[in-house]
Amino acid sequence: MGIVSPGFQGRPRTQEPALPPGQYLTEDFPVLSAGPTPRVSLDTWEFVISAENGSEHRWSWQELMALPQETPMVDIHCVTRWSKLGTNWQGVSLDTLLADVDTGAHFALAHSYGGYTTNLPLDDLRGGQAWVVHTFDGAPLPAEHGGPARLLVPHLYFWKSAKWVRGLRLKTMDEPGFWETAGYHDYGDPWREQRYQGD
Amino acid sequence: MATSTQRRTPNRWQVGRLVERRVETPTAQTLVLEVPDWPGHLAGQHVDLRLTAPDGYQAARSYSIAGPAVDGPGGPRIEVTVQRVHDGEVSPYLIDVFGAGDPVEVRGPLGGWFIWRPEETAPVQLVAGGSGVVPLMAMIRARRAVGSKAPFRLIYSVRTPGDVIYADELRRRVRDDFGLDVAYVYTREAPEGWRGEPHRIGLADVNTHGWPPDLEPLTYVCGPTAFVETVADLLVGLGHPSRRVKTERFGPTG
Repeated sequence: MGIVSPGFQGRPRTQEPALPPGQYLTEDFPVLSAGPTPRVSLDTWEFVISAENGSEHRWSWQELMALPQETPMVDIHCVTRWSKLGTNWQGVSLDTLLADVDTGAHFALAHSYGGYTTNLPLDDLRGGQAWVVHTFDGAPLPAEHGGPARLLVPHLYFWKSAKWVRGLRLKTMDEPGFWETAGYHDYGDPWREQRYQGD
Repeated sequence: MATSTQRRTPNRWQVGRLVERRVETPTAQTLVLEVPDWPGHLAGQHVDLRLTAPDGYQAARSYSIAGPAVDGPGGPRIEVTVQRVHDGEVSPYLIDVFGAGDPVEVRGPLGGWFIWRPEETAPVQLVAGGSGVVPLMAMIRARRAVGSKAPFRLIYSVRTPGDVIYADELRRRVRDDFGLDVAYVYTREAPEGWRGEPHRIGLADVNTHGWPPDLEPLTYVCGPTAFVETVADLLVGLGHPSRRVKTERFGPTG
């Protein structure tokens, strides 16, 4: 426990479902981005997984939409301390996208239209834990929230859920992404409050 | 050893104390905190402040640091400017209750992207919406503190003249800091004698008061999400490369 702040009571404690440490609930959907929002046309959109051996797997928008669709309902946790519970998405599981990819890599670097990158262990993208999503609350995902499609990896802080995602580079060595290079944690588990390097 | 200290210190909570408070507008105040082990920071970085209730409940929020650290008798001092958030949990406490000498836990500096480095010589354009001016003011103050000659322009959108944070200092700096220009956009109510009607920031404002893309300026935009989206789109439309436009957005929560 920290030092008590004289006169501070805080919001009334409720019996809400437990949040990760240091988080507060929001009903809004705040935006965190480092630069302008890229506008990506569906005609030219593609998602590419490149394996460490140089092989590439590619999906156009139509091909992505033709894959089996899932509708995860998940809690999301932003490193800027808001959490949003029970969010509704639609998209394609990374298990589906990785099924035919022959790889021995342990890491993935997600990269986005606009240049954003973020790194994750490949195991965290498997086992029903991650999706490429294109629909939020029944409507096409707005550009400021990462549309046309973003990564959704809800068990990690939300910066790992790369907006405007265009592909994954599979790697044998971990390579830090954009925020990870700028001082944020390499892994980002909200339940262990891994916000910054050294946490 | 100094290096390892600097790398570690931002990740540690330490106790700061309120030493001074300045009223900026009816809804914004600047808090000067004495933080004995402050490791130094760059303009644009922020701190986390954490409050603890008697039952152990904690609430933490991020605040932009408003200027360079200064030395006081009890150690380094940093300042943050807090905008009251209606129904907020932390900002009303910091503005109404937090008293001189009271402790608050501090962690920082944080953020390694939305920063201006004093060795930068490129022209800089700053575009602020409301209390988004705080980290941009930190850059203006840092420019002055190091004697930088990088030309700076600030476009500052506010609802009314009474909502301008740092109003007196900005007037003074425009007069005294060579190479600094400030232009205002009023969305609800303009001052007496203002030419034009109150309006939301648009292409003409950015085009007239910003730098042309040919000069390859560094651009920093900070404000509410809708404001930042609008301005960043305008800048890209005017030909500024996305990688030269850094943004920081705050949502309606806090």
